[in-house]
Amino acid sequence: MTNAASPTPVGEFEPKIVAYVCNWCTYLGADLAGTNRLEYPANVRIIRLPCTGRIDFNLIVKAFEIGADAVLVSGCHPGDCHYTSGNYHARRRWILFRELLATLGIETERVHFAWISAAEGKKFQQVISEITSQTRDLGPYHAYREICEV
Amino acid sequence: MARIGVLTCWCGENIARNVDVQSVAEQAAQLPGVRCSRVHKYMCSDPGQKLIRDTIAAERLDGVVIASCSPHMHLKTFRKAAEHASLNPYLVEMANIREHCSWVHPERSRATAKAVDLIRVAVAKVRHNRALEPIQVPVTRKVLVVGGGVAGIQAALDIADAGVPVVLVEREPSIGGKMAGLSETFPTLDCSQCILTPRMVEVAQHPNITLYTCSDVEQVEGYVGNFQVTIRKRARYIDIDKCTGCGQCWSVCPSKKTPSEFDYGLGARTAIYAPFPQAVPARPVIDRDACLRLTKGRCGVCVKKCQADAIRFEDQDELVREDIGAIIVATGYQLYEIGKPDDRGRIAGYGEYGYGRYPDVISSLQFERLVSASGPTGGEIRRPSDGTVPKTVVFLSCVGSRDNAKGLSYCSKICCMVNAKHTMLYKHKVHDGQAHVFYMDIRAGGKNYDEFVRRAIEQDGAHYHRGRVSKITQEDGRLIVRGVDTLAGEPLTIAADLVVLAAAMRPATGVEELAQKVNVSYDEFGFLCESHPKLRPVETNAAGVFVCGACQGPKDIPESVTQASAAAGKVLMMFSRDRLYREPEIAHVQESACAGCFSCRRGCPYHAIDPAEIRDRQGQLVRRVARVNPGLCMGCGTCVALCLSKSIDLEGFSEQQVYAMVESLR
Repeated sequence: MTNAASPTPVGEFEPKIVAYVCNWCTYLGADLAGTNRLEYPANVRIIRLPCTGRIDFNLIVKAFEIGADAVLVSGCHPGDCHYTSGNYHARRRWILFRELLATLGIETERVHFAWISAAEGKKFQQVISEITSQTRDLGPYHAYREICEV
Repeated sequence: MARIGVLTCWCGENIARNVDVQSVAEQAAQLPGVRCSRVHKYMCSDPGQKLIRDTIAAERLDGVVIASCSPHMHLKTFRKAAEHASLNPYLVEMANIREHCSWVHPERSRATAKAVDLIRVAVAKVRHNRALEPIQVPVTRKVLVVGGGVAGIQAALDIADAGVPVVLVEREPSIGGKMAGLSETFPTLDCSQCILTPRMVEVAQHPNITLYTCSDVEQVEGYVGNFQVTIRKRARYIDIDKCTGCGQCWSVCPSKKTPSEFDYGLGARTAIYAPFPQAVPARPVIDRDACLRLTKGRCGVCVKKCQADAIRFEDQDELVREDIGAIIVATGYQLYEIGKPDDRGRIAGYGEYGYGRYPDVISSLQFERLVSASGPTGGEIRRPSDGTVPKTVVFLSCVGSRDNAKGLSYCSKICCMVNAKHTMLYKHKVHDGQAHVFYMDIRAGGKNYDEFVRRAIEQDGAHYHRGRVSKITQEDGRLIVRGVDTLAGEPLTIAADLVVLAAAMRPATGVEELAQKVNVSYDEFGFLCESHPKLRPVETNAAGVFVCGACQGPKDIPESVTQASAAAGKVLMMFSRDRLYREPEIAHVQESACAGCFSCRRGCPYHAIDPAEIRDRQGQLVRRVARVNPGLCMGCGTCVALCLSKSIDLEGFSEQQVYAMVESLR
């Protein structure tokens, strides 16, 4: 796993990653990564939502539509939801939706789900670094862009 | 909205080191809808905030994006600054270019590009922000306290003394709880009843306290500040206003063989009875299952004896409704049922100790009654089986506690101190007796607690054996306790006359049903969950509902009382204003589009969505739609994702806002 945003040669593929995170756990986990100066690739764009329960999975499709190469959904660990149960809804929805994405022909390895707590700055760094390098290996998501153009 | 100001902060070197702030500001100025772009070294400082206020006024801004640190750090600060410049605070958004950018991306060009993107997202969002006003909720200044043990009594008295009316609901015929049955308390060995009973009388006489005994909380409706609580007053068969508590009735009652609840079955009581001499209210109650008149239709000798004409065999349960602003749950604990499955059929450990089979194996609460001057033996320690004075008593710690296999994984916290106290009380009454304690560890953290245990061992000569007991059998009227002393490294068998089991503390029965009524979560053991273990220890995730005492976790009397006063303080703080102010970033239903499927309602963790009826002018029902209760909604947005017709939306994170944010990244 690459630990830091090592300078990348000009012209190399830079994946665009959209992260939908909850306000109370993962957003604060990302804040902690910042406070602790834990470097990670600058490819991720965080969209802050109150809770993963708020995440309508159409948003994942939307992210691919605007050209994302990977999407992350991340919230509080089971049992730790600020709103007691929103993350369970997200998890249930996720299980169903992933099947649906696969059926539609979307590459499910481009959709990631993680529990990252407010105390897990290190984990946020790791998850973003892993997703970035994995997506870099997968290459740009041409397939989806082609679907959109048809 | 098209007059947006972007104000980018250097945060000294924190942002400026890795982000080219000037370039970011120039690029931000080009974003659609942006009227002006400014920078400042420290946006949160006084001059920084003045820049925000002045820019809002000079440019007549209708939206502001501050690009600086995390919104968890300063969103409130900047929203307040906007408010001072007469801009609705909910028209301010932040782009986090410090924690999420400059601090984690050392490569300047990429950090700068990302900072622009983050501002782009925030600008896209703020274009769709709406001016919001805080939700104002009226408050009923009256408190419901559930449970009349020492915690409930403390909370009720604190609040009532502050001039606020309290409704205290107690399930038993008298308040006092477990503490009323204790003989003496650790670590001072002062008499439990001497401390508690004056407080109980205070409750009964307090003009601000309405006391309902033999009562349960039947139903809780409404929301913070505005609960409607239905209380079931179970039939007592006594008119407590007429009754004088003279005691003539129970002295003549022929049904005398019911085990006394107050003495934990060590003594018997009559069918018409006062639970204990200092009971509050000092009035009897009739046990409908034991009374010959109520079960078989004959007798009634108490009626003849009662000069106050207070006995009412025709008494029925009664439902009372109370308007309540805040609720304190103080339902306390019960002991682990040794050797029996619990009310959820889960645990049935320690049958090998013979509790319930051998009369001389008793629980620690039963031992309290044996030592108590008001107990069945008048305070003389005598064996339940034959009434002789036990010369060897074995006390067992951790019966049910700290045992994943057949009990509960947690430590019950008080038992080490209870055992030490019991060995001392025993020694003080039976001078030639010998107390033994089997323990796992001695946990005596607390002011004067460890000294107390040392006193039991060193002054009162209790023998402490570190180890567990595997089996108790009965031989020739004695109890053979087989265990191990792990420090000596050998098995240990003690022939005892009496064995006392320090059973684990569990939440009281029925607390889970109550928790569901007030929408408070509980853990796997049934203990109620506080909002935050350190910073919000008596609040719960249900607004307006507070917890104190052993219903929240095992604790001793001082801790229960501390928590009770804390809960009372929180309630009084809530009542210090005429209205409650809540964040307006909550869900709304567009009723014209709502199909009334109520998917949202099933997913709402706060039960904040109710069906509402839409009627035409003739009053005919047109259809049913979902409606959000603004007093209950916490703004998680789960309903938005569940709504099939997209007719429910969340202020502050609306569909329009979120999609605009994603779209801006195209």
